[in-house]
Amino acid sequence: MNLAPHLPALQVVVPLLSAPLAVLLRRPTPAFLVTTLASWIAFAVAIVLWHDVGRGPAISYAIGSWPPPWGIEYRVDRLSGFVLLLVSGMAALILPYSRASIEREIPRDQHYLFYAMFALCLTGLLGITITGDAFNIFVFLEISSLSTYVLIALGPDRRALLAAYRYLVMGTIGATFIVIGIGLLYLMTGTLNLADMANRLPEVRHTRPVLAALAFLTVGISLKLALFPLHQWLPNAYAYAPAAVSAFLAATATKVSIYLLIRFFYTVFGTTAVFQDLPVSEIIMGLSVAAMFAASAMAIFQDNLKRMFAYSSVGQVGYITLGISFDSVTGLTAAIVHLFNHAVTKGALFLLLGAVTAVCGTALLSRLAGLGRVMPLTSFGIVLGGLSLIGVPGSAGFVSKWYLILAAMEKGQWPLVAAIVGSSLLAIAYVWRFVEVAYFREPSTALAARREAPAALLVPAYVLVAATIYFGLATSVTVGSAAGAAALLLGGAR
Amino acid sequence: MSAFGGHYSYFVTVLLMVAGLYVTIARGNLVKKLIGLSIFQTSVYLLYIAPGKLVGGTAPILDPAFTRYSNPLPHVLILTAIVVGVATLALGLALVVRIREAYGTIEEDEILAQDGETPNGDGPGA
Repeated sequence: MNLAPHLPALQVVVPLLSAPLAVLLRRPTPAFLVTTLASWIAFAVAIVLWHDVGRGPAISYAIGSWPPPWGIEYRVDRLSGFVLLLVSGMAALILPYSRASIEREIPRDQHYLFYAMFALCLTGLLGITITGDAFNIFVFLEISSLSTYVLIALGPDRRALLAAYRYLVMGTIGATFIVIGIGLLYLMTGTLNLADMANRLPEVRHTRPVLAALAFLTVGISLKLALFPLHQWLPNAYAYAPAAVSAFLAATATKVSIYLLIRFFYTVFGTTAVFQDLPVSEIIMGLSVAAMFAASAMAIFQDNLKRMFAYSSVGQVGYITLGISFDSVTGLTAAIVHLFNHAVTKGALFLLLGAVTAVCGTALLSRLAGLGRVMPLTSFGIVLGGLSLIGVPGSAGFVSKWYLILAAMEKGQWPLVAAIVGSSLLAIAYVWRFVEVAYFREPSTALAARREAPAALLVPAYVLVAATIYFGLATSVTVGSAAGAAALLLGGAR
Repeated sequence: MSAFGGHYSYFVTVLLMVAGLYVTIARGNLVKKLIGLSIFQTSVYLLYIAPGKLVGGTAPILDPAFTRYSNPLPHVLILTAIVVGVATLALGLALVVRIREAYGTIEEDEILAQDGETPNGDGPGA
């Protein structure tokens, strides 16, 4: 049997099936092997799909052979192919890491549930990205969200429970806003297929339900991607979740929501509707700049390193949405490149923080004096990741900020150029706090007895650290894919 | 038909939507928040289902005697949404049970006070 035409379905089905298998197997090791294998298969499929759409046209797959727009369509184009690659790649790296990491955080008899939930979360995120059907987006969104709430609640601290509850409430409000938006669009166009919807929308563009749908979708998705000031759920959720979960969420969950925002803005509504009928561009630009400054400033004052980098995530999301709000090929390229680069950087940082908590039992900066001597490799990796957050040349963060500044200059927005550079200075401040504590203080006696983290934790983290350097020097993969996707989205080729 | 009479289902929908959202935000009791959330989600079911009904339309089973059919798709979509809503509520309540086991209360401000945090979650206790 030839599987090649069915790759888009396999992309989602393989991780989906691994979840119940993990539950049935129950023992930690078989459950781990099944889900990890599934994530590797998903990664391999994503590489093939990404490679195919980079050369040729978008791939359309009719689920159950019901032709779109009646049936559910899976659609891989350059943008979704790139995001699929990112999400499945992160899962393929973080699952092997999680085995050693959850050993200390989750009771052994619950490990199989962790793997099952992780696989479901991966399924949902891949599904949101690959589907071309509006209601299907909501279903996958809820699959990923519900499993995310459980994953966060598995955290060792009791505060994880309240963080998960709050995320559940905020996330459900966000998802319901998205359903309201989709419902209004369905009422006006009579279709749920995204491409079909895009074709029919211009006729009803100025009607009030369509404008309301745009508003609901923007707010709903902004909640999920933690656009300032809708980010309240994020810091605690990242801080108290198990280490592997923090890393996976920071690297993929908000990024997939950003993908959704780009998809609705540029594919479904089209730029004229979004940026001319409503002041979306101005609103998002203002909030993005606010995020870049306010969230980065909050990050400086956190004692918990995980919360510090969680706030930094909110700030970095600001750069991405700023790129989206420019409505230009360069701006969108910058947004997509930063989406990828920030995912890699934050993934690396949270994996390393997981190693810190695993060895030292805390992520509080005040108790980690002298960490650079006790855990030299981990600390060095965190510094390298921090340099990428700042945007030092040679790191991945530099590439995306460079394109963002180019986009701002293209629009003649000099104050925004100053804002991008100025907010990067705030990143220096919080990264420096770590450097100062880790390298310029004597380790306490309790800490001095600790040793470097085991290789099982360090190797996956260092793969991502290496990736932040690699994508800072060799930009053909990231910028090439992003520029191709941006040109396609703005070229009117739907 | 008047603007109100012809669209009364939308008014009910909006009322439920706003009421549910208000309860979710304004209440400090974790169970009451979930009740509000449920009402909010339920209002969306109405938003989808009501327009699917065509006045004088019948169930969409092909028959030469009928020419007007109601749209069945919204019902199918909402069946899915109901399942999602039930799952969300169940998970939310399960979390509340765990929170009560860990803190001995389900009032949000008391829980935050136990962890020494300010209501917006940015306290030093982190």
